[in-house]
Amino acid sequence: MTSRPATVRVAAGQGFWGDWLEAPYRQVTGGPIDYLMMDYLAEVTMSILQKQKSRDASLGYATDFITQMERILPTVIERGIKVTANAGGVNPRACAAAVAAVAKKLGLSGKLKIGVVTGDDLLGRLDGLVARGHELKNLDTGRPLRDVRDRVLSANAYLGAAPVVDALRRGAQVVITGRVTDTGLTLGPLMHAFGWSGDAWDLIAAGTVAGHIIECGAQASGGNCLNDWEHIPDLANVGYPIVEAQAGGTFELVKHPRSGGRIDVAGVTEQLVYEMGDPQSYITPDGIADFTTIQLKQNGKDRVQVSGVKGKPATDKLKVSIAYFYGYKAVGTLVYAWPDALKKAQAADRVLRQRLEDLKLKFEAIHTEFVGATATHGPLALADFDASEIPEVQLRIGVRSADQAPVDRFTREIAPLILNGPPSVTGFAGGRPKPEEIVAYWPALIDRKVVEPKVEIVDA
Amino acid sequence: MTRGRAGRAGRAGRARRARTIRLVEIAHARSGDKGDTANIGLIARNPKDYPLLVKQVTAARVARHFTGMIKGLVERFELPNLFALNFLLHGALDGGGTISLKTDAQGKVFSTALLRMEIEVGR
Repeated sequence: MTSRPATVRVAAGQGFWGDWLEAPYRQVTGGPIDYLMMDYLAEVTMSILQKQKSRDASLGYATDFITQMERILPTVIERGIKVTANAGGVNPRACAAAVAAVAKKLGLSGKLKIGVVTGDDLLGRLDGLVARGHELKNLDTGRPLRDVRDRVLSANAYLGAAPVVDALRRGAQVVITGRVTDTGLTLGPLMHAFGWSGDAWDLIAAGTVAGHIIECGAQASGGNCLNDWEHIPDLANVGYPIVEAQAGGTFELVKHPRSGGRIDVAGVTEQLVYEMGDPQSYITPDGIADFTTIQLKQNGKDRVQVSGVKGKPATDKLKVSIAYFYGYKAVGTLVYAWPDALKKAQAADRVLRQRLEDLKLKFEAIHTEFVGATATHGPLALADFDASEIPEVQLRIGVRSADQAPVDRFTREIAPLILNGPPSVTGFAGGRPKPEEIVAYWPALIDRKVVEPKVEIVDA
Repeated sequence: MTRGRAGRAGRAGRARRARTIRLVEIAHARSGDKGDTANIGLIARNPKDYPLLVKQVTAARVARHFTGMIKGLVERFELPNLFALNFLLHGALDGGGTISLKTDAQGKVFSTALLRMEIEVGR
């Protein structure tokens, strides 16, 4: 039997597709780590990738990951670091092939085993599933999927840590997945390294909490941290968080020495409550974590201990992320200056709405914001300051419709306001706003037993 | 918005023993989204102030605070272990995600709007 390590270090490399390009390199070179986990998939990312794949069968994955791997692969192989990433999107095999090509280019052929996790993609099976009575009702609205079936662009079940564990057990050094949960990318390595069984619910919950804390990258190490934000040191060199776990499920959050940012109880607490629902029931495919059992303790500078996490058994359902075509939207902006900037912007909004009405354009929604006054705090802010003295206000008006025509017409109604609306207006250099297609998210549940994760090992 | 104003005058009798502060003075917060629902995690800066949050920052009070800004209900959950409350604000994001026309389509700064709320503390 292989011996079990006393501690395992899982480092966060990317919190989303578009995160800091320097982070993965710094994580693999800045100090010892065992695993690098990289999260790329937001809710609608899959539909964008599906669109790319439909145009070119060799695409459909997070291309940034390939660039990242090219930079870190020599270090990863030299130090024996393992990588888990859901960069595979809707085409994990093509992503693995691209990584293999990079390994070859770097002269590392024969030194790398890549695990490929698939089975999450339900798009091709959708009609069969619906025909067999899986309604895939929208979790928010209760509507059955058949209402939008002809507009569905992607459908993926959230897989958990189990296939990641399987790939690691079979010797994969880089595990590339499709829609595996963010938390599964951290929990999988811990289950594998410590030999945690899939029904050790407290351990599963602990690994899930670890994954939740680091899945947004630097948001756990000083980034986007409100508490005492002005004193967080050296965000320019922010160190991304690392989970330093023990076999018993207790872990510490740390970061590499000589990196910026801060890891303290207040900041970790902020990240724990981020995107939280019912704290007693944080549901993943792997189990249910009870966030009201988490105990935090500052164990030193930039070192927070997390312990006491309790879990409950997994449910018999998996969440399915479906993306479908919804309609069109456009947002136009103009900037109004003092005196009475807000009043001028409000007047311009009235003029514009009158014109849209006179043109008999039909919209599902028209949404106006006055950026600088009410955009983020609504009317709450206005009670607290003298709005007539604001130096400038941005009028930001958006429309949404099932049809493109009214949205197109709307985009031509912004610029005229510069000459034929209220005065002191500027900030239109960007030109006419562009209508955008809306791809919307349809969350649903499906019986776990109809989803079969698959793991392949590819030699690079 | 008459938020807070009339209420303060009406509580003048108690004002001698209490003062009104904004939540931002004793709490910090982070928010995010799930579809059209924004969540706000509200955290006491000092554990001793957590009971104040539990007592005064009720779901009903938060719903009133956000009058006109959210369409649905407000739910509250307690995390005494973290000295934190979690609020779910339903119908807060104009459909949420990619549908929303809001600047803050993902509710990232809803938390800061809550920190404007006024509560009473002892002198």
